[in-house]
Amino acid sequence: MDHFPTNWGRPRNDAFDAYGTHPIHQRPYNGPKDAFADGVQHTQQPIVTGTSVLAIKYKDGIMMAADNLASYGSLARFKDVQRLCPVGQYTVIGAGGDMSDFQYIQHIMEELTIDENSAQDGHELGPVEIHEYMSQVMYARRSKMDPLWNSLIIGGFKDGKRFLSYVDLLGTTYSASTLATGYGSYIAQPLLRKAVEGYEDILTEEDARKVLENSMRVLFYRDARSLNKYQIATITSAGVNISDSLHLETSWSFAEGIRGYGAQTQ
Amino acid sequence: MTSIGTGYDLSASTYSPDGRIFQVEYANKAVENSGTAIGLRVKDGVVLAVEKLVHSKLLVPGANRRIQTIDRHIGLATAGLLADGRSISNRARDEGASIRSTFHEQATVKAISQRLGMFAQAYTLYSSVRPFGISTIIGGVDKNGPSLYIIEPSGVCLGYHGAAVGKGRQLAKTELEKLKLSELSTREAVMEAARIIYLVHDDNKEKEFELEMSWIGSETNNLHVPVPSDLLKEAETKAKDALENFE
Amino acid sequence: MNRLKAGEVNLGTSIMAVQFDKGVVIGADSRTTTGSYIANRVTDKLTHIHDRIYCCRSGSAADTQAVADNVHYYLQIYTQLNGTPPPVEVAAGMFQKICYENKDALSAGIIVAGWDKEVGPSVYNIPLGGGLFRQPWAIGGSGSTYVYGYCDATYQDGWGRDETVDFVRNTLALAMSRDGSSGGVIRMCVITEDGVERMFVPGNELPKFWEGREVLSGPAKKLVTEGVMPMSVE
Repeated sequence: MDHFPTNWGRPRNDAFDAYGTHPIHQRPYNGPKDAFADGVQHTQQPIVTGTSVLAIKYKDGIMMAADNLASYGSLARFKDVQRLCPVGQYTVIGAGGDMSDFQYIQHIMEELTIDENSAQDGHELGPVEIHEYMSQVMYARRSKMDPLWNSLIIGGFKDGKRFLSYVDLLGTTYSASTLATGYGSYIAQPLLRKAVEGYEDILTEEDARKVLENSMRVLFYRDARSLNKYQIATITSAGVNISDSLHLETSWSFAEGIRGYGAQTQ
Repeated sequence: MTSIGTGYDLSASTYSPDGRIFQVEYANKAVENSGTAIGLRVKDGVVLAVEKLVHSKLLVPGANRRIQTIDRHIGLATAGLLADGRSISNRARDEGASIRSTFHEQATVKAISQRLGMFAQAYTLYSSVRPFGISTIIGGVDKNGPSLYIIEPSGVCLGYHGAAVGKGRQLAKTELEKLKLSELSTREAVMEAARIIYLVHDDNKEKEFELEMSWIGSETNNLHVPVPSDLLKEAETKAKDALENFE
Repeated sequence: MNRLKAGEVNLGTSIMAVQFDKGVVIGADSRTTTGSYIANRVTDKLTHIHDRIYCCRSGSAADTQAVADNVHYYLQIYTQLNGTPPPVEVAAGMFQKICYENKDALSAGIIVAGWDKEVGPSVYNIPLGGGLFRQPWAIGGSGSTYVYGYCDATYQDGWGRDETVDFVRNTLALAMSRDGSSGGVIRMCVITEDGVERMFVPGNELPKFWEGREVLSGPAKKLVTEGVMPMSVE
């Protein structure tokens, strides 16, 4: 006789606890077991994160944009973070994803440029080499089941050639005349393509700046992990330039007259 | 060297009865045979200069550099066995990277010099290795300002205002002592360094040499770089003029 | 995701550090919990790292103590090696390295603050994943989430020592009053070139803020008492 009413009607395993001596709330489970029910976690998760990075080709080189926010879940925790990082004389890396991993990447890049400089062989790393290096690093880390949780855009200008390419935590790479990570790949990418594709050699710096500013504004309207404070990087024959923080102008006044959510008029 | 051939000079791990380590002293001989290297620590920076003797006319000009960059802000010149110089500069770079990674800050010239001293000293302890056949002049600008050190084959590491090693060190030291190093600018020091190298070069014994110079200071944004070619030419011209007036 | 291990002692915590012209003020509550039981009500979460460098610890007590001990040890070596006290950046960098390289094993949110001769006062925040962020002021621990708005609205550049101490005291009191995992007393340190001064606010003398009625309730209708006569029973 099973003296525990909560156990009545449940399948019983005679090999275990034949007399039903377990306290009520620790009844043995006799059903099929799933060894993977709890999941086996091998990789970390991003904690302090940055959102989208945008980049386009234009007449004089490459232009990139990223906002200054590092989020902690939904908390806008650090509002003065630079997510565009110059590497050497010709390259900028823009990063979304985990900011501690991005700082680690910056550390690697620092070592790499010092080593390259120490060789004093007249060779300098350009964006092509840096992108290849980063893609190998990212793929090696994902293969160790310990990825660097970022999506990176690497833009550069060297020997009169523009370079723009992407690499992410899986080691995936691709290249295009407009690139965007995170929310930007859904929201900004169509806008960037419309403005840039086919006009890469015509678009002036002013035009490019307008396109990126507008995309950053739309992202601020629609990405809940974004900020209206951002920076723009240009990489041209004149070298790398990363702007001071810029403030986005936004418009909300149209909302004043909105009433209710349907038929309501007052 | 009186005790040559007494059997105490076969290993760096054996003292002679009067307390010397001959292998280390022989290593110093290797340094003495080398072209002169000098370093000047001045008001706002450091200048390194090397009299690079050219053994063969078949060598490409600028080959076999004896001044190396260690970190953005540190450079190093060696006198002695060329390959030992490369080995020690690789070690210096590793030490720089190690300090940057453990302490999250740029290595000081002093810290790297001391570690190189320990490294060189370890090669005076074992019968299985030979001591470094080089003296190293290491200089740079860090948070404590400009600094200059020499590491000898024995592992001794000392700081200097002006440093000279190799063949012409005696004359070079005499010339360095005449300078008011702490009042000189880096640009002025480049001129002096070139003059000294030209002065100590012995035309009769050695045929050709190349002047190799690097500098670091406010003019180079505190980066260790080779002296630009136009400035190098200017310094060489002045050095040659000074040489004629000197004699 | 639960970052604490089963049965682990947690510094539920409100911690804070603020820089001012001549130094930094750091502060913390004193509550340590295992689950909802207060294991220690007078904890000192302000930990000496070097003569002019302290850290505020949040997360697992065991983890953060181990990390702090480790950094303390390395900074002693640094001092002997270089003959000078370490800059705050060096200390923060060491914390960051340990927290980053062991992010899967540690639950540690640490604020490092102090004074050095290179840059004067500075505050570094090292949140959970092991990033490193220099800030003029930093808050951390579970209590901090309740007072971000207060800090944003109150903090101003250019404060002196006394204003900064008041800011820290008030912020912590507010955090402790809303966060069940924070409480007890407020401990503070003022770190300047001249030295480290400890300050203490007992739990019964915490600054008070609005304590009016928060939940307005009562009968929906007023009870009619006048003109009510007992029913006569025969």
